[in-house]
Amino acid sequence: MNNLTVSPAPHIKSGLTTQRIMWIVILALLPAGLAGVYIFGIRSLKVIFISIISCILSEAIFLKFRQRDTRIILDGSAILTGLILAYNLPPEVPFWIPVVGGAVSIIIGKQLFGGLGHNIFNPALVGRAFLQISWPVYMTTWKNPRWVLDAVSSATPLAKEKAVNFSYMDLFLGNHGGCIGEVCILMLLIGALILIFTNIISFHIPASFIGTVVVLTWIFGGDGFFKGDFVFHLLAGGLVLGAFFMATDYVTCPLTNKGKLIFGIGCGILTSLIRLKGSYPEGVSYAILFMNAMVPLIDRYTKTRIYGISKT
Amino acid sequence: MSSPEVYFNLKRLSRAEIFYIIIKNILIMNFIHPPEFKGLTRHKKIEKGPLPERVVLTLSQHTGAPSEPVVKVGDIVQTGTLIAQAKGFISSNLHSSVSGKVVAIENALHPVIGGFKAIVIQSDGQDNNAFLVSYRDGLDLSREEIIDIVKDAGIVGLGGAGFPTHVKLSPPPGKKIDTLIINGAECEPYLSCDHRLMLEKPKEIIAGIYLIAKALGVNNVIVGIEENKLDAIENLGSALFMVKDIGVKVKVIRLKTRYPQGGEKQLIKTLLNREVPSGGLPFEVGCVVNNVQTVFAIYEAVCFRKPLYERVITIAGSFLAKPKNVLARIGTSIKDLLEFCGFNASSNSDIYKIVMGGPMTGISQYSLDTPIIKGTSGILVMDRRFKVGDEISCIRCSRCISSCPAGLMPCMIGNGVKFNRSDIVASFNPLDCIECGACSYVCPSNIPLVQLIKLAKAMVKA
Repeated sequence: MNNLTVSPAPHIKSGLTTQRIMWIVILALLPAGLAGVYIFGIRSLKVIFISIISCILSEAIFLKFRQRDTRIILDGSAILTGLILAYNLPPEVPFWIPVVGGAVSIIIGKQLFGGLGHNIFNPALVGRAFLQISWPVYMTTWKNPRWVLDAVSSATPLAKEKAVNFSYMDLFLGNHGGCIGEVCILMLLIGALILIFTNIISFHIPASFIGTVVVLTWIFGGDGFFKGDFVFHLLAGGLVLGAFFMATDYVTCPLTNKGKLIFGIGCGILTSLIRLKGSYPEGVSYAILFMNAMVPLIDRYTKTRIYGISKT
Repeated sequence: MSSPEVYFNLKRLSRAEIFYIIIKNILIMNFIHPPEFKGLTRHKKIEKGPLPERVVLTLSQHTGAPSEPVVKVGDIVQTGTLIAQAKGFISSNLHSSVSGKVVAIENALHPVIGGFKAIVIQSDGQDNNAFLVSYRDGLDLSREEIIDIVKDAGIVGLGGAGFPTHVKLSPPPGKKIDTLIINGAECEPYLSCDHRLMLEKPKEIIAGIYLIAKALGVNNVIVGIEENKLDAIENLGSALFMVKDIGVKVKVIRLKTRYPQGGEKQLIKTLLNREVPSGGLPFEVGCVVNNVQTVFAIYEAVCFRKPLYERVITIAGSFLAKPKNVLARIGTSIKDLLEFCGFNASSNSDIYKIVMGGPMTGISQYSLDTPIIKGTSGILVMDRRFKVGDEISCIRCSRCISSCPAGLMPCMIGNGVKFNRSDIVASFNPLDCIECGACSYVCPSNIPLVQLIKLAKAMVKA
């Protein structure tokens, strides 16, 4: 008989690997992407693919450059970054936008910090913020759903003065202009349920994030106190995509449940502030990026309580 | 089935309490639910193990100072003859597990620390007892007499740690013990030896409980058994009626099946909602915890004067024709025990790992000649399917934090160790780790967190 293996305990594993987690998240994101492609046409599918390929290639080239094992790209994290980046792009962007965005996401957002697990900011949001600042025109040229006759140059619901044009049902199903992945709330919620029931994410960040936005927009969003249209703020824009899929990114959110609640509330406050008082209609991605920077601080002050050590 | 006095299916809760428990369970998980694999052996009756030709009795079978040999090479010993004596208070006696001749006192394989001095005995195949086999009711003994018998019999905690039992039975003066907890949780996957013992020897266990309760002077005893062993709960509950009542209140409580429910500190928290202070012993919250196998050994020691030289272990895993629960002699080699279960070492070339103990905390062995010790609860043979994948970077998923029964943050301790920062490591209290392995089990990046925490402990102590 051959040699016996000696290794530290435990000798059994849960079977849930990082790779599997990434693929489950990708799977959970697919319904929203399919809805986006259905609403905005086949061109948005091309944007998604270009973004993913750009991310994978950037990762492969950079890993080669860092003399690391390039097989790491198979862990699915680059694909996930590309997918989330594409979901944050308008469907009519020129094709070089996702190429640049993917490269910036992976190289500046992730690999320069040391690769998977070491980045401070959500890589996809770094890419999006870069594109937003560099080419604001492309990033805010929206397209109506393909069944609306005047196709291009409609603004998102959030940018309009009043929301009179949109019923809640239109907003919920995604029948309006917006980014590829953020418009169809129904499909995003299906994905979110997959994540919560497979225990990939906990409810802490989405609940506190969305809850804070709802409360603040209800109080301050209208002409007087408690007159804001919080359902509109919930359904329009990228709040659901951000709260369930971007703020919950393991690497860039706090470790403990208490920390996650604080993180979510912080994201909610900043989102409401940017939406209600800022000049820019959408605040989710900047709010998450800002709170990402706060994570080490939150982690420091929200340690767990250890068994056998009294609270004093 | 039994009256509520003996068998509590957890007391009836109000709605508010149930709601509180649900919320608490969502907020603080702190346990994991690994697959059990207990079906392999849970219906296998305990079989008397093989009488080995040669036993290797290592002198360090327990926590504390190693015992000192009192025999010389060439001495003739009987089964149960004292061969090594306790050295100091926290130490334990050692007895021969076969009758025969001492052939060597030399360094030999040790399942936990690799190698240690051991007494090797060649069996004469007679298995003559050195002790008198005749029943006596131990209830007329005084508490000092019971503790002396336990000490002489070399009984240590059989749950795994091997802490000398007579030390547990003599709490330091000034510490009032109000509850005796009997640990029948057996939360490790695969193992079913405690389960079988509770099914087959319930009256003996109850008698042993009475003896320990008498030694400690407590009236309140709680037996905690996980709900995947309902038959054992039933058996122990009904045995309570058949054993002479001496005024000790025994409750059998059904516990949730979760890992590590059988950890001493976790069991106390679950049953009594008390927390053993950091770095302290259960004495300090007024309880003493004993494993059911230890209880059975105490019963045998008091009623038959039988020293601890054999124990029930579970032998399971791949490549075994007949997984079994075996009453095995201490010092038997893994090879003898596996062959007893229909294992042929030469024909199984793709055997991957042999683990002594449970799969969560057990120690993998490199040789089939390693002997079992008093604390060995099982032998598992594993195949390649149990290969652990390559380690990759931590993605901060916080699964280790939510699974840690001690409330630690294993990933942060691990990072601190990797960057060699003892200040960071110390701020996360690694010394409170009970090394249950839950964090490594759940880690999706295959980081050996328990190992890193063991290093962290060394860093903090240094």
